[in-house]
Amino acid sequence: MTPLARRRLGKIALNTVAVGVFLFAIFPVYWMVATAFKANDQIFTTEFIPFPTHFTFDHIDRVLSEGVAGNSIWVYMRNSAIVALGTVLVASAFALLAATAVARFAFKGRTAFLITLLIVQMIPSEALLIPLFLSVKRLGLFDQLLGLIVVNVGLTLPFGIWMLRTFVAAVPKSLEEAAWIDGASRMTTFWRVLFPLVAPGLVATSIFSFITAWNELIFALTLMNESSGYTMPVALRFFFGQRGTDWGGIMAASTMMTIPVIVFFLLVQRRMVSGLVAGAVKG
Amino acid sequence: MTTSTRSRGGDAISAPGRRRRSSRRPPRGSGLPAWAVPYLLLVPGLLVIAALLLYPLIQMGIMSFQKINLRVIRGAAEPEWVGTGNYEQILDNELFWSSLRNTVLFAVVTVSLTLVIGTAVGVLLNRLGRKMSITLTVGIMAAWAVPPVAQGVIWRWLFDAEAGIVNWSLNLLPDWLAELVLGRSDFTGDPWLNDPFRVYVVLVIAVVWASFPFIAVSVLAGLKGIPTELYEAARVDGSTGWRTFWKVTVPLLKPVFAVLTILSIIWDFKVFAQLYVLLGGTAGNREAFNLSLFSYAEAFNPPPKMGTGAAIAVVLTVILLIITAVHVRQIVKQEELT
Repeated sequence: MTPLARRRLGKIALNTVAVGVFLFAIFPVYWMVATAFKANDQIFTTEFIPFPTHFTFDHIDRVLSEGVAGNSIWVYMRNSAIVALGTVLVASAFALLAATAVARFAFKGRTAFLITLLIVQMIPSEALLIPLFLSVKRLGLFDQLLGLIVVNVGLTLPFGIWMLRTFVAAVPKSLEEAAWIDGASRMTTFWRVLFPLVAPGLVATSIFSFITAWNELIFALTLMNESSGYTMPVALRFFFGQRGTDWGGIMAASTMMTIPVIVFFLLVQRRMVSGLVAGAVKG
Repeated sequence: MTTSTRSRGGDAISAPGRRRRSSRRPPRGSGLPAWAVPYLLLVPGLLVIAALLLYPLIQMGIMSFQKINLRVIRGAAEPEWVGTGNYEQILDNELFWSSLRNTVLFAVVTVSLTLVIGTAVGVLLNRLGRKMSITLTVGIMAAWAVPPVAQGVIWRWLFDAEAGIVNWSLNLLPDWLAELVLGRSDFTGDPWLNDPFRVYVVLVIAVVWASFPFIAVSVLAGLKGIPTELYEAARVDGSTGWRTFWKVTVPLLKPVFAVLTILSIIWDFKVFAQLYVLLGGTAGNREAFNLSLFSYAEAFNPPPKMGTGAAIAVVLTVILLIITAVHVRQIVKQEELT
């Protein structure tokens, strides 16, 4: 075989594998969406129906009007959005302050703080669940979205700071020094110089916090009692009923829950990776 | 004369020094001493971490030595100290040992598979043409982005006994082969989610599917950071592709792999949502619990035994702490926390 032919063959092999991986990755997602738009006779069948030929919006309509567990899916989407946005607002502000401290100042206890950040990220939710459940009850935040927001701020903040500090550190210090020389105050320097330059990193960090809070299951399961306060992850389980599963409905709801996350992911994937393995990737 | 010269010279030296110092010093006006600023910035973050993470962690440790039943939860009684009673109880419980075994075996299998597949796909992404590479990235991103609960839902559907696509594909196998390997040829109606072992087969596939993309993208980022001169040098020296991979790529990516391994272990030890959905809650099939589900079920299934739940959570946390210690050392070594 000539080298050219061999290279061409290698390329074909590579691309074939790539197509295989692509199908493995995308098929379950596609199957979720396809099922959401299939009529029931095409869902509950032992045959393979690759496309919804009896295309229908019935399931979408049903989960929006009838919903599940007594509420429209909108209620759960709204709850999830409130919790996620509330978490993002608080966690991002706190993360920005702390990240600035860590990335811009040398102070006693800095290393200890960074190590604490790493360690608390490993704590499993189950370990916090029981004490926080009792505290939330005692504080009268049980069954309130606010309680869920507070808990999610705690869950997302350590990684938020960890991720954001690399973005703050990446802004050249000389820019702030130039502003100081020109007589700008510390606050002005922060808002007019540092903040605009860190903004993309702040967006990435916020999206990460949003996704974490949006996906959170364990606390949403334990801290909310009334069904009108459920978030999407909790609501999904009610499609699995005694009389069988409403697969069309659950796939419609799952699709609605998943699409925003996929869009966000595609927007920030590059930054998220750099934040997760910060410092490990060096040329 | 000498004095004045010296003083002038001293001036000449100190003046730029002073100017530089003053330019480095943040402006005054906020009325704060400079040393206080970082601490002030840290206050909200520290408060959150202390109140929502560290304090509950300590409380969990305390609770693992207490009996906390419904009356205590309602605030009608004080928790009762039981010494190491909760721990003795869980160590005697067969469910604890099956949960521990499930947790560890699942983590070992899933982490290995995730790393191998993720690395392979990362290398693949690096060698594909631009268009194909972007397409594949988008594809695996979609899998990665699916929320854990939805992952559980999707795979439960794919592995559904009657209408699931997996059983449909298994029916396509030639009967003699299916009979030989899997012991049956008709899979319609064959349930996947009753037997603990088969539950974990599904769980491993679901979690690997959702987590290999992160490894792939990280490995790709690492590969892009390797200077091409190194590969050229290897080629000039007559190294083949496979050899170059093991002798050039792998050693250079070692720190990346170290971090990815630890992160994967930590994540896979804590899997909750996917298993929760596959098992349909914590009411049945307790042999398939992992430590997370076991702790949750003990603490919240009626009658609530929060002390025992806390003891199980302590075990899980200690295991993760040990693994994290390795992780922290790795990171501290790599970047000296700059």
